[in-house]
Amino acid sequence: MSRDIPVGRGEPSPDENGKLERAWGTPPGLVGWLSSIDHKVIGYRFIVTAMAFFAAGGILAALMRLQLAVPENSLIGPDLYNQIFTMHGTTMMFLFAVPVMQAMGVYLVPLMVGTRNIAFPRLNAYAYWIYLFGGLMIYTAFALDIGPDAGWFSYPPLAGPEFSPGKRVDFWAQLITFTEVSGLLTSIVLITTILKLRAPGMTLDRMPLFVWAILVTSFMIMFAMPAIMFASTGLITDRLVGTHFYNPAEGGDAMLWQHLFWFFGHPEVYIIFIPALGFISSIIATFARRPVFGYPVLVLSMIATGFLGFGLWVHHMFATDAPELGKSFFTAASMIIAIPTALQIFCWITTLWNGRLNFRVPLLFVLAFFFILVIGGLTGIMLASGPLDLQVHDTYFVVAHLHYVLIGGAVFPLFGAFYYWFPKITGRMLNERLGRWNFWLFFIGFNVTFFPMHHLGLYGMPRRVYTYPANVGWSDLNAVATLGAVVIAVSMLLFLVNVIRSYRSGARSPHDPWSAPTLEWATASPPPVYNFARIPIVASREPLWGPSGIVGRVDGLSMDPPENLVTCVLDAAPDHRSVYPRPGIWPFLSAVATTVLFVGSIFTPWAIVWGAVPVAIALTAWFWPGKDEIDEHLALERKP
Amino acid sequence: MSRPQEQVVDATQLPSYAFGNRSLMWWGTFGMMAIEGMVFALACIVYFYVRTRVDEWPPDALPPELVWGTANTLLMLLSLVPNEWTKRAAEAEDLPKVRIGMWICVGFGTAFLLLRTLEFTALNVRWDTNAYGSAVWMLLALHTIHVATDFWDTTVLAVLMMQDRIEGKRYVDVSENGMYWYFVVLAWLPIYAIIYFGARVH
Repeated sequence: MSRDIPVGRGEPSPDENGKLERAWGTPPGLVGWLSSIDHKVIGYRFIVTAMAFFAAGGILAALMRLQLAVPENSLIGPDLYNQIFTMHGTTMMFLFAVPVMQAMGVYLVPLMVGTRNIAFPRLNAYAYWIYLFGGLMIYTAFALDIGPDAGWFSYPPLAGPEFSPGKRVDFWAQLITFTEVSGLLTSIVLITTILKLRAPGMTLDRMPLFVWAILVTSFMIMFAMPAIMFASTGLITDRLVGTHFYNPAEGGDAMLWQHLFWFFGHPEVYIIFIPALGFISSIIATFARRPVFGYPVLVLSMIATGFLGFGLWVHHMFATDAPELGKSFFTAASMIIAIPTALQIFCWITTLWNGRLNFRVPLLFVLAFFFILVIGGLTGIMLASGPLDLQVHDTYFVVAHLHYVLIGGAVFPLFGAFYYWFPKITGRMLNERLGRWNFWLFFIGFNVTFFPMHHLGLYGMPRRVYTYPANVGWSDLNAVATLGAVVIAVSMLLFLVNVIRSYRSGARSPHDPWSAPTLEWATASPPPVYNFARIPIVASREPLWGPSGIVGRVDGLSMDPPENLVTCVLDAAPDHRSVYPRPGIWPFLSAVATTVLFVGSIFTPWAIVWGAVPVAIALTAWFWPGKDEIDEHLALERKP
Repeated sequence: MSRPQEQVVDATQLPSYAFGNRSLMWWGTFGMMAIEGMVFALACIVYFYVRTRVDEWPPDALPPELVWGTANTLLMLLSLVPNEWTKRAAEAEDLPKVRIGMWICVGFGTAFLLLRTLEFTALNVRWDTNAYGSAVWMLLALHTIHVATDFWDTTVLAVLMMQDRIEGKRYVDVSENGMYWYFVVLAWLPIYAIIYFGARVH
């Protein structure tokens, strides 16, 4: 690369570099490994864990496709099948889709806004461990044949104490607690990082679009996830201590569950979708080699989607006795949300139209997004209409729609994002040839799998059946869908091979292999532990494009103990310094204590009382400063 | 063309902590309040939702006794005085006043928890009687968790403030603890109204 990387002018000396590594890095040994609070380490673990759950959920999907490949198949019985589809949906929604988007935010946002570490790095580590332990809990339960079996949205009365005795649904309800605690805490961490730790000069209107996407998503999480936490807490208390929230015989109402669930569940779709919009904007700018057209339109569209996403939930309930007038309102709201999405698509098309396109793998995944999402969007408009929805409710038409929207809208851009940022994260490029195979097989396999499901749904095949008779005309399309699933599996295998091979021996990546505009490309690949030796001062939306993007640097931040720069919310003017905590084991131990409390409460409500004691001890130890630490901090202190 | 003069921000000239919404801690606390406020709002909505499901309200139960809940409410409102006093002392970095104020707040927190225990005995309904009982217990239990965690936070911070060497950012912690105290008290007011008068007003 001959291009001048302006931040490089502030390179630390080898001596300084060593000091920074010691101050910010992960300590050696197992305890050190568990103590890391570097956002890149946590973000990387978060991404790998989420992808492991994606693989697990994918294997479950493949098993379902094998079972349905031929009619009256006896490969998987109904009880196991119920657990498998519940685990598949639960894994993909709660353990993969939201966490992986937040994980990308945890890794990328601090680099993109030009700061040295995320806000509240210990809380960030705690959130990761809670997520991991929750996932391990549910898979342990599944392995012991006590996996949840009432569907990923666990409707009472089926999921209630009467029709689902045993512990299966309790594990599901506590998994929700784990994942939502993790998601909510991560949203606080990300919001604070975005609003308070941006490099000087990065005013709100110069923030990268991916950062905007994560900001909007994080606020949505804050207001959507409490609903599912409340709902699942009510479910578990109904099941364990005899409350009656969802019991119509004692004044409760099963519909209350549906309202609470979908008040979370519909925003959830946008919580998954909006970060993907951020990936797309980043990739399109770089591979069209020009700034994205209509930056304010894109930002306002994402914010509008964030608000409108809360007004659609009843469209999941058109088959219930909700008031008809209300249903009409929700039909209209569901159609309105197509407007901001369409505006964004037009802005991207304009950008591509005027750009000099560089057809690399990340761009291919984004172009596939347009194709698949538009089909998913069209069936979405169909489903938004109450009368049509009633006809295809709970059929494979809905399965087809939701996979077009979620895989097309989120997973394709996510894979594009992996190809795009892999060199930054690992310092090596993913193989382009394997990438193209991965892309085309995924694209073809996806359509072969899910397109026939539209027809299956229209022919009346219901969701969540473990088999079907031979004489109803569903056999051929099911066989085709299973064939498509095999193609997807091969494409995923190629992706895995590509990742492992490239990680070990891929071509070395320079700072900025794509000539991209945003700050994460200004530092080395992989970035040093402290991200930026000198925090840059930025003066444009594309700081790495053009000579006047980065106009200076911040000097005088302490290396050891590590210090960071805090700036103002709107204009990112330098405001004060903030000392960072050192790595520590307490977030991990606090997560272990919290896990004991959550899992214990499945078996006895008293676990909430006794389990709170170790949690309180661990959190207090986490907060308590060491003597040396106080001295170090006092030495750097300067009053406001 | 020559490169424009490089700007340099000298961070050593910047303060090492700041109060209010300049601080990271304010934003962290704000995030927790937004999330927990949403949970409270949902719990209130659920109360009114189950109320629409029955003809008689409260179903098969007398309304909760007013005495302990009202006493606790008045005490919580009264605690806002030492809370504000402590918050201001923290922002002025007046250590002796902060120490006194924190322990007064710990005292109030203890009293809240004692009165709260009595409140649970005076609800005139069990959580497993019917959905009304479940909603009332959920509201009271959720708020009690906040009173308990705020009590614990305040106690830990009060002990920490008794140390010899106090970092400036601890005063920010005390100030934000005061903000969270406001949240716990102000969130209680609608919950109090719903639990105690929701069952009386028709």
